[in-house]
Amino acid sequence: MNLFGEAIAWLTDPARLEGSYALPTLLAQHVGYTVVSVLVAAVVAIPAGWLIGHTGRGREVAVAIAGAARAVPSFGLLVLLVLLLGVLRIPEAAVVTFVLLAIPSLLAGAYTGIEAIDRAVVDAARAMGMTERQIFWRVELPLGLPLLVGGIRSAVLQVIATVTIAAYVNLGGLGWPIIQGIPLRRFDQVLGGALLVAALALVVDLLLALAQRAAVPAGVRVHRATRPARRAAARSEAAASPSA
Amino acid sequence: MIEFRSVTKRFGDGTLAVEDFSLTLPAHRTTVLVGSSGCGKTTLLRMINRMVEPTGGDVEIDGESVLGKDPVALRRSIGYVMQNSGLMPHFTVLDNVATVLRLIGTPKRAAHERARSLLETVGLDGALADRYPSQLSGGQQQRVGVARGLAADPNILLMDEPFGAVDPIVRADLQREMIRLQRDLDKTVVFVTHDIDEAFLLGDQVVILDTGARVVQVGSPSEIIENPADDFVAAFIGVDRGRRALHIKETARGRVVVDAEGRTQGALVEDGAIT
Repeated sequence: MNLFGEAIAWLTDPARLEGSYALPTLLAQHVGYTVVSVLVAAVVAIPAGWLIGHTGRGREVAVAIAGAARAVPSFGLLVLLVLLLGVLRIPEAAVVTFVLLAIPSLLAGAYTGIEAIDRAVVDAARAMGMTERQIFWRVELPLGLPLLVGGIRSAVLQVIATVTIAAYVNLGGLGWPIIQGIPLRRFDQVLGGALLVAALALVVDLLLALAQRAAVPAGVRVHRATRPARRAAARSEAAASPSA
Repeated sequence: MIEFRSVTKRFGDGTLAVEDFSLTLPAHRTTVLVGSSGCGKTTLLRMINRMVEPTGGDVEIDGESVLGKDPVALRRSIGYVMQNSGLMPHFTVLDNVATVLRLIGTPKRAAHERARSLLETVGLDGALADRYPSQLSGGQQQRVGVARGLAADPNILLMDEPFGAVDPIVRADLQREMIRLQRDLDKTVVFVTHDIDEAFLLGDQVVILDTGARVVQVGSPSEIIENPADDFVAAFIGVDRGRRALHIKETARGRVVVDAEGRTQGALVEDGAIT
């Protein structure tokens, strides 16, 4: 029992549903910041990543930008932006930070998805007489989708984790009970908040993992699943050509 | 008819893949470009449908330069079969075969109907139509690739080592099928291979190439075997060894032909004695 029991008790206390720091409100804030930030980042990073993947150009630049963006400490950037933009612009400062955080994964997901496609398939599509646009929409996008969804998945999880520490600049979200609880030595509240963040991350990760699986096109999925079918195919071919 | 006129291709990195290449490929015949890897044969093939642009010279189809044509329309009008099939992994067999038909605007139902009949043409069971390429054997995938190349009934069929990646038994089977298809369909086929036996088996005209797509010899298989241009060709086609180094052996029942390993290949008969 002890701390865990106390954390559960804190979580299940009816008082958690009241006031401006009610848990549903904090959860909504947390999810809201995550969704908005990833969407904004996606609008920028995914088309750019697709362009890089399709043309094969600008890869070095993208890697450099993504690497630099990954190296920036999010918390430091957040505090810096709050100081620069002023305390009235905390949400904007936070969203900018989260967007920068989400861009590398989304960019990488978009271009590696296209890069990972067998060159012979793209070459064949072009040789069949597909336009560049048709190659993208009919071949590269569907075949690159699983890795893109993988990129979205890691971007979302990074942002969920970072929104937690943004409670330090009074942004709200599920980090708030943690940040507020530490100086008060309210460890039931700290652990309760931490459990909620962990649960949110796990649930979202699970959903996106399912989405990633669903994004694998049918013909590519059977590839790994049905070795016996392949052997059966070879057998039926041997049977069909007695001359061989 | 396809004509190469002093075609040169220098790649961006400075490699000269093709140097001043000229050749006429007769219509309704199979021309095989054969040479070791890196000799520029695939580059030549891909210049016909503008997958590679020449840096000098011209390629003409029936007297019209391909360089003046829209590459997308040109490619849709020319069948293309490649090594390892190049099938779309996320399309069913039927959709793969119907790809070009759908691109040129054939309604789905008609395209699928035509694709089904093509599966039959290349000797595939119609039950495979709804499978995905990954569920087929290598030989079946190549057959689908051939069906796809033929789908829009092109006059020209480009084949880039189409049977290079399958095992010898399946390859022999596909080659026989190819001979049958060509007899029925009468396309202008350009076939690239590094296998001289395949070249002699399928080609009406065989072009032996050396580095930089230098033409060493052009001729029918018989012409080349009977009169190799130089020692390079003689060594390349192996007239002095193996299956092609035949000699006559007297037996009690007449003369037979024996190969270099001493295996009897057949009997020597008088002209006109074949019934």
